[in-house]
Amino acid sequence: MQKVYHRVESIAGNVITIRATGVTYRELAEVESRAGTSLAQVIRLNGDEVALQVFAGARGVATDAQVRFLGHAMHVPFSDALLGRIFTGGANPRDKGPVLNEGLIDIGGPSVNPAKRIIPRRMVRTGIPMIDVFNTLVESQKLPIFARAGEPYNPLLARIALQAEVDIIILGGMGLKHDDYLFFRDTLEESGALSRTVMFVHTASDPVVECLLVPDISLAVAEQFALQGKRVLVLLTDMTNFADAMKEIAITMEQIPSNRGYPGDLYSQLAARYEKAVDFDTAGSITILAATTMPGDDVTHPVPDNTGYITEGQFYLSNGRIEPFGSLSRLKQLVNGKTRDDHRAIMSGMIQLYAQYKETIEKQSMGFRMSEWDVKLLKYGERFEREMMDLSVNIPLEQALDGGWRLLADCFEPIESGLPSKLIQRFWPKTAAVTAA
Amino acid sequence: MAGNTGSIVGVNGNMITVAFEGAVSQNEVGYARLGELRLMSEVVRIRGRHADLQVFEDTAGLGIGDQVEFTGELLSVELGPGLLAQIFDGLQNPLPQLAEQCGFFLRRGTYLKALPRDVRWAFTPTAKVGDKLTASESLGHVPEGIFEHRIMVPFGWRGTATVVEIAPPGSYTVEQCIAKLKDEQGQVRDVAMLQRWPVKVPIEAYAERLRPTEPLTTKVRIVDTFFPVARGGTYCIPGPFGAGKTVLQQITSRYAEVDVVVIAACGERAGEVVETLREFPELTDPRTGKSLMTRTVIICNTSSMPVAAREASVYTAVTLASYYRQMALNVLLLADSTSRWAQALRETSGRLEEIPGEEAFPAYLESVIAGFYERGGVVRLKDGKTGSVTIGGSVSPAGGNFDEPVTQATLKVVGAFHGLSRARSDARRFPAIDPLESWSKYPSLVPTDMVESARRVLRDGNDVGQMMKVVGEEGTSLEDFILYLKAEYLDSVYLQQDAFHDVDCATPAERQRYVFGFIDRLLQKPIGVKDKAAARRLFHQLTQATKDWNRAGMGSTEFRELEEKLDKLVAEVS
Repeated sequence: MQKVYHRVESIAGNVITIRATGVTYRELAEVESRAGTSLAQVIRLNGDEVALQVFAGARGVATDAQVRFLGHAMHVPFSDALLGRIFTGGANPRDKGPVLNEGLIDIGGPSVNPAKRIIPRRMVRTGIPMIDVFNTLVESQKLPIFARAGEPYNPLLARIALQAEVDIIILGGMGLKHDDYLFFRDTLEESGALSRTVMFVHTASDPVVECLLVPDISLAVAEQFALQGKRVLVLLTDMTNFADAMKEIAITMEQIPSNRGYPGDLYSQLAARYEKAVDFDTAGSITILAATTMPGDDVTHPVPDNTGYITEGQFYLSNGRIEPFGSLSRLKQLVNGKTRDDHRAIMSGMIQLYAQYKETIEKQSMGFRMSEWDVKLLKYGERFEREMMDLSVNIPLEQALDGGWRLLADCFEPIESGLPSKLIQRFWPKTAAVTAA
Repeated sequence: MAGNTGSIVGVNGNMITVAFEGAVSQNEVGYARLGELRLMSEVVRIRGRHADLQVFEDTAGLGIGDQVEFTGELLSVELGPGLLAQIFDGLQNPLPQLAEQCGFFLRRGTYLKALPRDVRWAFTPTAKVGDKLTASESLGHVPEGIFEHRIMVPFGWRGTATVVEIAPPGSYTVEQCIAKLKDEQGQVRDVAMLQRWPVKVPIEAYAERLRPTEPLTTKVRIVDTFFPVARGGTYCIPGPFGAGKTVLQQITSRYAEVDVVVIAACGERAGEVVETLREFPELTDPRTGKSLMTRTVIICNTSSMPVAAREASVYTAVTLASYYRQMALNVLLLADSTSRWAQALRETSGRLEEIPGEEAFPAYLESVIAGFYERGGVVRLKDGKTGSVTIGGSVSPAGGNFDEPVTQATLKVVGAFHGLSRARSDARRFPAIDPLESWSKYPSLVPTDMVESARRVLRDGNDVGQMMKVVGEEGTSLEDFILYLKAEYLDSVYLQQDAFHDVDCATPAERQRYVFGFIDRLLQKPIGVKDKAAARRLFHQLTQATKDWNRAGMGSTEFRELEEKLDKLVAEVS
């Protein structure tokens, strides 16, 4: 039924309206105009009036453009041939490779039956002490990195991706600067990880509608790999751009905005994507790490706020470091009891001391006198920031724990550490006095 | 009204507009045909010959001219034995059975029977032929887990029902006729164990509604002592993300002294439901010695499941809770989170292009929230026994700001407010219920004057603490400093509770009275120490010893030894 319509009734933003019959909701269409050919999706039906969202943008679409309905919803090719490839948000090759069109799968599929999920139980090792020791990442977790624009969240994502022991990496880039896209590509290529990576990249200069497709496409592909038993890590950067793209479309469609112009279903839309993170009973898993930039460093902004309610914790990136306060991995309790006996004690003990250091810094800046204890804390805090918090530190968990004990021993007497005496007997470095001297 | 169909004239997200010919009623259920599939939907607005329906599924693929079958029935759930220990979605589809049929993913258009049709229940009749009964009065009972599950005259029965025939003792399935009842017009109807009830209509087949006065022990100290909840009362827990709403609800669902717990996981993370799902069958209920699952029903409509069904899920949950109340049981309904439900209302309202109220929530938000919480309550049944539904709803305010519409609308209609604060959760003080902002209108399990004086200590101690930030410790008098230490002591040994410790996680009522009695005496006592350093040392010791006391089993030797140690510490300074 290849009927061609060639009378566009209205064009507003990236949405065009035509009169047509026999069209179904979410069906795809091809819009051919002087500006070129683009795919479009049905986003509203009202009698014979059909609203279409044009992926490549409505710029240059003429009122006599030819619209051909394809009779199916959006889908992407899926096969092992995807690995090592780079695509646009519309799933067209961005590298110079061939177009793929086998094994087509639907995007934005139904959600997983909660009865088929299992409690996550495997730790993801990243080599970053602030994550491994203090806020352990767990397989199948969904976790955003909250950061101001300008913080190194993309390098952090790339590093985690390279070090995490996963089978497949999927990168979904939304509104990425072209430099950042090249950074990801080159970093993955240099480390040899590109061959187990699929990239769907929408750059800042691409049509905004394609940005909306990136998470769905990335996660649909991830889901297929996970069903094959693979452990998949999905990186989404930056979800704030995705939310902004949604806002743009919603306002074009004259929807009633709820909070700062964002559509009322922002929570549901974000949740539908993040909830794709899963540990399947008898199959693989999907772990989602996302970057969410906070406009104005404001965590109560609708995007980070709604995200925080959806995800299982968050990493705050501030001044190039993962902040220990505010950062949280809700799932860490599921794994950190099984790593090493001292893990939990070191985790909370060192943070409590660091909190005291922060108070001392405040006291110092107000000109109060520094006690002997304060001096110890100052030494500790300064070394903690350098040896644990700095993102350049790259050591396995066990080494980080040992380093923690050494740091404590260099700064404090055993009883000042506030750690359980049983653990102190086992782990306190015997040569502490020498190193301290 | 069979065969009443309409055809789709518009699709916008999960909203379809349908042109119809026959009679259609508000909130009636319709099924949109999509090839083989039938997608369940509900009428939410009627304008002329056009009805707007919200579809409980993804609408992709629907087109203009597709048929919609109207059922003539309101959205209803099945009531009968077999609900306990089940996991349903918002429309009462049993999820484990759905997984067996459809695999990993939920498949739209697949609806299963909520109650198993092949299970036989051992029925014991209590009514006799010739008895004149009214709605909700007992015909007999079947054993369901640890309860005697009452089989009642259907709640919708009008006037009196005369028992014409009643089944002899034996095992029956839920659909088999167990009694023939004659109504006032002389018509005889078959009655089975299974009955259907529209979720949005409260069940009112009882003698009278009573005032909730009896405390419901949750075993969380700060709640039971300071901000108590009554059986049949309502309370809300608003808090920013990461403040511990869900953990608090999970603790309550485990330890609260009630017969049945209905958990409505409404628009929240699937992972949290999974924890309950996988752990509850393993845990034993200290009250009965059986698995916790046998007293639990889970209604689960997580955030990625269809939005319209999310709205239905809280009603499904409260209807099931009310059903067990009709059996003279005490039921606790935990809804996490009501904000997600309110957002579902907002999404629907937006699609209907209604004029928005504050923050784009619909203008009727307040009355809808009030209507929901009003379905809680303690009632005297027709046989004189009482049953209750207690509702605890968590609220997730945007940006953690309690001034937003959902929190405010909820505060107007609940009897207790447990406000979680970011400052307390950042300081790792759990449960993070703010002791200065929260309130409750229900009676505490310790005497009111004791609670009042403890709250005064908290307030005054907090004032001293604020002042000390400006003038420093050296500018504070010893007397004020001790007051500050007392408040901190009360906070750390009584208000805070370790959710992951075997003993400390749940404090029974008796123990709370006992421990609080000790603390009250200590707070009243003037403390004689020579300087601030000595005072601080004393309170460090007291705090340490009291915390150890909290971790010791009540009545154990350790418990007694620690009590003696505490008494000695107090005696030395007074």
